[in-house]
This record gives sequence, C-alpha cells and structure tokens, in this order.
Amino acid sequence: LSGKLRQFQASPFVRRIRYVTQYNKDLSQRAKPKSDSVASPFRESQQLDQEKKVIHKIIPISPVHQPLSKTSNRNELREMKLAAEIGGSATPLRAESKEERQWKEMKLRLDDLPGILARLSKIKLTALVVCTASAGFAMAPVPFDLTCFLLASLGTGLASCAANSINQFFEVPFDSNMNRTKNRPLVRGQISPLLAVCFAASCGVPGIALLTLGVNPLTGALGAFNIFLYTCCYTPMKRMSIANTWVGAVVGAIPPVMGWTAATGSLDAGALLLGGILYSWQFPHFNALSWGLREDYSRGGYCMMSVTHPGLCRRVALRHCVALIGLSTVAPVLDITTWTFPIISLPINLYISYLGFRFYRDADRSSSRKLFFCSLWHLPMLLLVMFSCKKSLLEKEEKGDLHGGNHGRAMEIRLP
Amino acid sequence: METVAWPYGVLELASSRDLHGNDADPVTITIPARVFKGPAFRPPAHSRHDWIGPPDRLSNLRPVIFHVPQDESALERRLREARQDTQAWNQQFWAQQNASFQQEKEEFIYSRLKAKGLAVRDETGQKATLNAEEMADFYKDFLSKNFRKHMRYNRDWYKRNFTITFLMGQVALVRALRWLRWKKKNVGD
Repeated sequence: LSGKLRQFQASPFVRRIRYVTQYNKDLSQRAKPKSDSVASPFRESQQLDQEKKVIHKIIPISPVHQPLSKTSNRNELREMKLAAEIGGSATPLRAESKEERQWKEMKLRLDDLPGILARLSKIKLTALVVCTASAGFAMAPVPFDLTCFLLASLGTGLASCAANSINQFFEVPFDSNMNRTKNRPLVRGQISPLLAVCFAASCGVPGIALLTLGVNPLTGALGAFNIFLYTCCYTPMKRMSIANTWVGAVVGAIPPVMGWTAATGSLDAGALLLGGILYSWQFPHFNALSWGLREDYSRGGYCMMSVTHPGLCRRVALRHCVALIGLSTVAPVLDITTWTFPIISLPINLYISYLGFRFYRDADRSSSRKLFFCSLWHLPMLLLVMFSCKKSLLEKEEKGDLHGGNHGRAMEIRLP
Repeated sequence: METVAWPYGVLELASSRDLHGNDADPVTITIPARVFKGPAFRPPAHSRHDWIGPPDRLSNLRPVIFHVPQDESALERRLREARQDTQAWNQQFWAQQNASFQQEKEEFIYSRLKAKGLAVRDETGQKATLNAEEMADFYKDFLSKNFRKHMRYNRDWYKRNFTITFLMGQVALVRALRWLRWKKKNVGD
C-alpha cells in the first residue's frame, strides 16, 4: 500500500517482458517514459524476487462519495484511506499507521532462508553461468564423462554463488539506490551481513575444493581466480573506472574455459576460443543494457561507458558483434566444429551485428533495447548450434588429426 | 554536534569522524529540512530483535531500530554503536547526494529549456522534460563532478562494512561460547 500498485497483465508490452523473463527474470519496468530499467547484464544481478517486478503505476481508484462522519464500515474507511493516500492528501495519522505496517522485525525465519539465499546468490545468474560452463565441457574434444561433468558443474555453481553473495555484501547502499537492485536480501535486511559472508565462504570453499580435488587443479585455480576477479576487481572498479566492463567480460568468459579444462585438463585453443566468444558477447549485452540505466548510474556514482563515453560504448558494442562472426569462423579452423557452424550461425551473427550497427547509429533507447533482447536469445542459440556442429571424435580419429596425440587411445578420458 | 530526529527520537549526526574517533576528511553536508521526519516508529516492547523500516524517501536506505538488550556486553554495545553511526553517516551521504542530484537536474532542465526558448510547463500544465540524449550531458557532468566524493565514500564504506561484520563475528562467537558453557553446565547438573 505504498500508493503504487504492481501490474503484470496490463499490456502486451508487459507480456513480452514476461516472455523474456522466462529466461531472465529481472526486468523492472516503469510506466514513466523517461527511465525504463531493463534486465540486468549476464554477469550482474538476476533475481528470483518475483513479487518485486515493478510497474510503477498509480491505479486511479474512484473516491468513495460519502462523508467521513457517516462511515462505520471498515472497508469503506480503508478505501477512503487508499483514495486519500493516492490523492496525496493522507492525514498524518493515516500515513503513520500505513508506515508502521511497513516496519519488519529483523528475525530470520528458517522457511524463508532458502528463498533468501537463492536471491543472495543470484541463483538464476548462477544457473546461466553453469550452463556456459557445461557448454565448454560439451565442446571439449574428449569422450563425455558424466561424473566429471557433474562435479565441474556443481563446483562452478558453488563458486558463482559465493562470488555473487560477496558482491551483494559489498554493494548494499548502492543497491538501495538503484531500482533494479533495491529488493535484494541485504538491502531489505532479511539477512545479516555476517550470515551473507558465512554463506559465501561455505559455498566458495567447498566449491573450489571440489573443483581442485574432484576435477583438476587447473579448473580449481580458474574458479578461485574468477571469484577474486569478480569480487575484488570488478566490484570495486565499477565505481572507479570504465575499465570495469572489460574486467567483467573476462569474468563472464572464464566459466566456459573452466568447463573445457575440466574435460580435457589443459588450456588449449578451443578453450580460449569459447572464452573469446563469451567475452565478445558481453559487450553488446551489457552496453545495450547500460544505455537505459544512465540516470541511476550517474546518481549512484557508477563509472560506466554509457555515461562517460557514450560514443565508445556504442562502438565497442558494434565491434564485438562483428567479432562474433570472426570467432565463429575460427571454430572450424581449430577443429572444434565443422564448417557448417559459421555458415549456420551467420544469420544470427549478422542480425545481432545489424542491431549493433543500429544502436551505434541511432543511439537511442529503442535500438539499445532491441540489441539487449537479441543478445538474450543469441547466446544460447549460438552455443546450441555450436554443439550440434561439433566435430565428432570418430571423424577426427579417421582423419588422423585427433588433438593431443591420442591416436588409438580414444578411451583415455582425462589427462591427470 | 547537530542532533536530528531520524528514525527514532534524537540522534547525533555523525560528524567528520570515522569509527575509531579519528578525524576523517570533513564532508560538507547540506541537509534539506525534509530529512527530519515526523512521528517515529516504536517497536513492540516484547520484541528482542532489530526492526527495519521502509526506504527513506530521500536516501532510499532502510532505517533500522536497534534492540538494546538488558545484558548488553561492552562488545555488543560497540557493535550497536558502530552500526548506528554508519547508518546515520550513510543517511547523510545519500540524502544529500540524491537531493543535490534532483536539484541540479531541475536546474539543468530549466537552463536547457530556456536556451531552447521553451517554457518549463507546456499548454496542458505538464512539466516539459528533455529526452535521454539531452540528459546524457548532465549525467556525465554530474558523475565526473562527484567522482572524488564517491572515491572517499567508497573507501570509508568498505572500512565500515568490514569493521561491522568483523564485530558481528566476534559477538556471534562470544555468544556461541557462552551458550556452549551454559549447555555444559546444565548437562553436568
């Protein structure tokens, strides 16, 4: 009852948002034309917090046409209260009781804990990170080992939970001031900072241990490095320099590399290519998103390209859209996929490059939103096509160019 | 030191002092009168927990009313005071930051509209606004103007956050040990 009610079903526009939120559920939209906040970038927050998807819209309620002295009916009183509040003429007494209801006791309820921890760890973003790691694992030119796959996925997921929790721990006052992030658990006081740190430690330590001991040390090292990069480099840098976007792109690129090293045990060209594809993808995705958040970034003190160097922001986005075409072409050269991959992926890569060009040229909200939404389906589709065009091991054996000299020893799964 | 009513009774405004009472960089604050809210919320007497309220209109931060237990130890008192101090300090910073943002934004819009020869309000009485591209200049300017202030704030915030969390850890540890000792004593009896 804050005078602003949430509407989900109002318009096709909202339905469209809901469709997208199947994938990426953190879209907050406002009815005001000036500042529409859209979903968070891949490596940023994606909250499970369904009830807080906001359309700030004041629903006009026809005022009850009865003098106050006549009413004894509680409902009518409440209606009038609501009407009066929306009309902006609430008396201090009514305002006070309304506000009193909004005070919550800071007591942790155990049934709420799973939901709170899910939001703290940005569980949906974590799921996406695990998907990209799985893509890396799947693309590796080795026979599929289920145990290794599961351990790698679990370890990556735990590491991601830890990193996201620490990120939220650092950013409480900033998150309070941005619409996209103001409903996070630490901001709302649903969990204490101490508990958040303990949760992060209890995810991060087992996660990295699992990767190091259960998979291989290289993957564990990459996981630990990624946590460090995200929490200690990217998070503080967001407020210091626009270079944070490039650091964040590396953070997003490492999970598929981890998947690959989990499967093969070595950091070879294929891993770097997959990482490169994810790295390039981050730019159209994030730059397009940040275009609509310039006001919040400016007020909150975030150093983002879209605010300080708008031309660079759009150039970089376009550059990396085009780079995706190039990287897709390199894939068959490195024997990761067949030549059908660059051919089949060309239409979607060209489309995102076209939208990137439109964003570069028009520099307005609609082109930025188009580019952002395109990036959301572009990546999973690209990875799917890549997987379906994967060069099979049998084909490689026959041609005698199996990577790493595993001739006649195709059953050997992992290097120690 | 100034006192202000927020959110419960009277509170001393944190001055340019850090948590250890050392002199920190002085920060000039102009608090608009709206910061001082009216009637405060009183938690129920039986409650033994802290209470958190709705976001403050100016700072967007949620105020917390801290519960003071009867048997509060020195360590617990240090923790509570640290949290109160940080809360007031944060409130000051963000209230002033948001207020100055709004004010400068209005001024910018007004000056741009005047330069374009447009009225501030159009025929229907609606406030005229500039589109996002025109506002971009203001956002860039505001960010660069406040950069040093934000650097200082960030550094102080990280320090305070770590100190408070560390104190929380100490308090939790002491409480856990106390509980274990009590358990052992009861089991022994």
